[in-house]
Amino acid sequence: MGGKLFRNFSFLSATLSFFILIGIFAVLFTYAQEALHEFGIDFLYSDSWEVDEDDEGGLFGGWIPIVGTLLSTLIAMAIAIPLAMGIAIFLTEIAHETLVKPVSIAIELLAAIPSIIYGMWGLFYFAPIVQSTVGGDGVGLLTAGIVLAIMIIPFMAAITRDAMNTVPPVLKESAYAMGATTYEVVKDVVMPYAKGGIIGSIILALGRALGETMAVAFLIGSVMKIPDRITDPTTSIPVLLANNFAEAQDLEISAMYYLALILFVVSFALISLAKFYFFGRKSV
Amino acid sequence: MVMKKMFTAALIASVTAVTVYAEELKGRGASFPAPLYKVWTSEYYKATGVKVNYTPTGSGDGVKSITKRMVDFAGSDTPLKQKELKKEKLHMFPTVVGSVVLAYNLDGIKDGELKLSRKAIAGIFNGTITHWDDQAIAEHNAELQLPHEPITVAVRADKSGTTFNFTYFLNQIDEKIKVSKKPTWKANKVIAGKSNSGVSANIQQIKNSIGYIEYSYKMTLGLSAAQVENKEGQFITPTLESFQDAAKYATWTPDNDFYAVIGDPAGVTSYPIVAATFLLLPEEKQATNKNVTKFMEWAFTQGDAPAVELGYVPLPKETKDQIRAYWEAKGIR
Amino acid sequence: MNRLLLNKAILMFSTLSAVIGLGFLLWILVTLSYKGIMSLHWSTFTHDLVEGGIRNLLVGQFTMALMASAIAVPIGMLAGIYLREYSNNGRLAAVMRNLSDVMMSAPSIVIGVFVFALLVDPFGGYNGWAGIVALAIMMIPIIISTTDNMLSLVPQELREAGMALGGSKHKIILQVVVKAAKVGITTGVLLSFARIIGETAPLLFTSANNQFFTMDLTEQFPSLTVSIYNLATYPDEASRELAWAASFVLTMVVLLINLMGRFITRSKK
Repeated sequence: MGGKLFRNFSFLSATLSFFILIGIFAVLFTYAQEALHEFGIDFLYSDSWEVDEDDEGGLFGGWIPIVGTLLSTLIAMAIAIPLAMGIAIFLTEIAHETLVKPVSIAIELLAAIPSIIYGMWGLFYFAPIVQSTVGGDGVGLLTAGIVLAIMIIPFMAAITRDAMNTVPPVLKESAYAMGATTYEVVKDVVMPYAKGGIIGSIILALGRALGETMAVAFLIGSVMKIPDRITDPTTSIPVLLANNFAEAQDLEISAMYYLALILFVVSFALISLAKFYFFGRKSV
Repeated sequence: MVMKKMFTAALIASVTAVTVYAEELKGRGASFPAPLYKVWTSEYYKATGVKVNYTPTGSGDGVKSITKRMVDFAGSDTPLKQKELKKEKLHMFPTVVGSVVLAYNLDGIKDGELKLSRKAIAGIFNGTITHWDDQAIAEHNAELQLPHEPITVAVRADKSGTTFNFTYFLNQIDEKIKVSKKPTWKANKVIAGKSNSGVSANIQQIKNSIGYIEYSYKMTLGLSAAQVENKEGQFITPTLESFQDAAKYATWTPDNDFYAVIGDPAGVTSYPIVAATFLLLPEEKQATNKNVTKFMEWAFTQGDAPAVELGYVPLPKETKDQIRAYWEAKGIR
Repeated sequence: MNRLLLNKAILMFSTLSAVIGLGFLLWILVTLSYKGIMSLHWSTFTHDLVEGGIRNLLVGQFTMALMASAIAVPIGMLAGIYLREYSNNGRLAAVMRNLSDVMMSAPSIVIGVFVFALLVDPFGGYNGWAGIVALAIMMIPIIISTTDNMLSLVPQELREAGMALGGSKHKIILQVVVKAAKVGITTGVLLSFARIIGETAPLLFTSANNQFFTMDLTEQFPSLTVSIYNLATYPDEASRELAWAASFVLTMVVLLINLMGRFITRSKK
């Protein structure tokens, strides 16, 4: 009797993820109706975000925050991928055994630091450095991208390392025995073997970068403008939501829900891609 | 020793007693009066034990929060028209007058040294003036070394009453600049910050920037602010006196819920960008409204000194009396 | 020659990457500690935000994170148990696992928006419960995946032995399998707690913030992280110092819980 109840409860709990996901989609979709109806798909490439005087209507488009999100993510990925791969290679192939553990822990701690801390640190310590080396106003696309990279590197490195660790030692050893250099082993043995996991880690990190709010909110400048230069301020979907969601109403808040829906669907698609395609159906 | 213990016990008892009976008033909105409200609420808490929790999120958020009845009161620097008040069932009255200053970050140019003509201000904010050594700025500042650097314009990222009042002033000079809580700025280099504090922080951090902020932010931070040309062609340094001179030109009347935009007042000695800030109350919440007016009554009688200290202009006695009468008439006193 | 040179270059780059990663960790921790300790006074802990302290914020943040855990841990564990012990690892379980992983990666700001629509908008105001639910939604998938993974490490023989002794399935699960995975699950719970206690985005428009001390979850609820976000952009020195002090305390809490979680696993092994 108790067993059945327990089983049913655990089944219900297991289905909860499904219902929450459906719920998120349904709620965002419902609240976005007004904007969906008003702007349709044109919303994606309209660069206007103007509220009417009476606050009730306006002309809203997602182009600027969408571009800002993509560009900041792109910069972050361009920096993070090589460095994360480097760290993973260091941990799996280079570091002496006594080093692996402390370095791993340090990298994982870096991943544990809350994003708001990255934002504050970035604003007060990193932005001035960016400003004095490449110009601009300190806050802007580039600064946001770099700090975003620092945030996702540990995450990406950890998953990549795990993927690389699944390579059977026997494969690597035989390559080394044939005189291959470490780089060749990584390139010809480790990478092909762990390819799925590595690409998966990149996509997961990509999803994280797209949705990151607090660090970027401090650093991107929050200006509704397509940047002309890489140091220019702009905005992103999460940042626009963080800054303006609470004060928006009517059509504008509906447009905000529309943006949230876009972000949700894109990250859903990315994660699904990573999960189903690259990690395969892992039934450990 | 015993005395001390008893005193402590009594203190604890009184504090706990107060906390038990204390109720909390929730407010959100304008960041323009926030430094003053912060002092008022914490002094009021000390004096009465009543918690007034005011979150400075910007006037746009305030208006939304009160129309959705998410708070007990809202702060807005943009007065609502009577039609809107009626539609949303709100009461409105002013609390204090403040002013918008143009704060800048220019190496070697001290507070009050920069003179900005009306033409120059409009030009900087509509994007026709892009560099500090532009003729329109330089002609009134012959004695200053203006750099040939691009101007970074610091604006608000949120819907703001400060912006509303500033664009109201700009609109008097250049009709093409729309009066708005969140306009699309045409200036070349723009940086946006959330609330008055975000803009102030940006000005502080970014060289060759200029932005519009409430005076108390300038004062507490020691930022430099420009002399601004008023309607009569005089360059006026932002000071409490020049604000008081300007505030005289406000025309308040309870008949239209004190709707008044003071922006760009007459008077040779008036600082041109002054604005009142308002409270909005939901008509149906009689009980909490009475608590809010109690708090405001306290502020009107006890709160002038901190207001002046922070660079706000307290409302004249007649206006306060009118407001009291307004409360009476609406049954919320 | 060329390939040896290339090899060397790659090795150097990899080592450099690790150095850069560690460098940033050190840089952040050092600046944070310096700023934080300089700004931290005893009174910071004994006063509420309204008086320039973080007492109410710490209590509020912990309350919300603990309440979120109280919701998420049982649900997440039950779900993990279902996936590992009941589902026979079929197609359905695979789909559920993947959905839970997708949920784990949902942008936190979107969860904030979702909970706003669900628990703030209809109830006429920001409230502590909304913050708790938002954090719980973030936590559930992490607990599911931890439980799932940890249960998978429990040797099958243990279950069979339990069966042989004639225990009913749910009793074996609870008294044998979960017990065997206890350490791993505890670690997972601690790590996910450390993760959600540092969250800001899901709280911005759910719990919002409160400058006074309160335990009333139907009201705006004090949050350490939301306060840091507000204080950091305040231009006055006192607010910024408080932001640094709060950030330092938050980071220490997060890192300590993290290390604690790792230590438990290690000492057990």
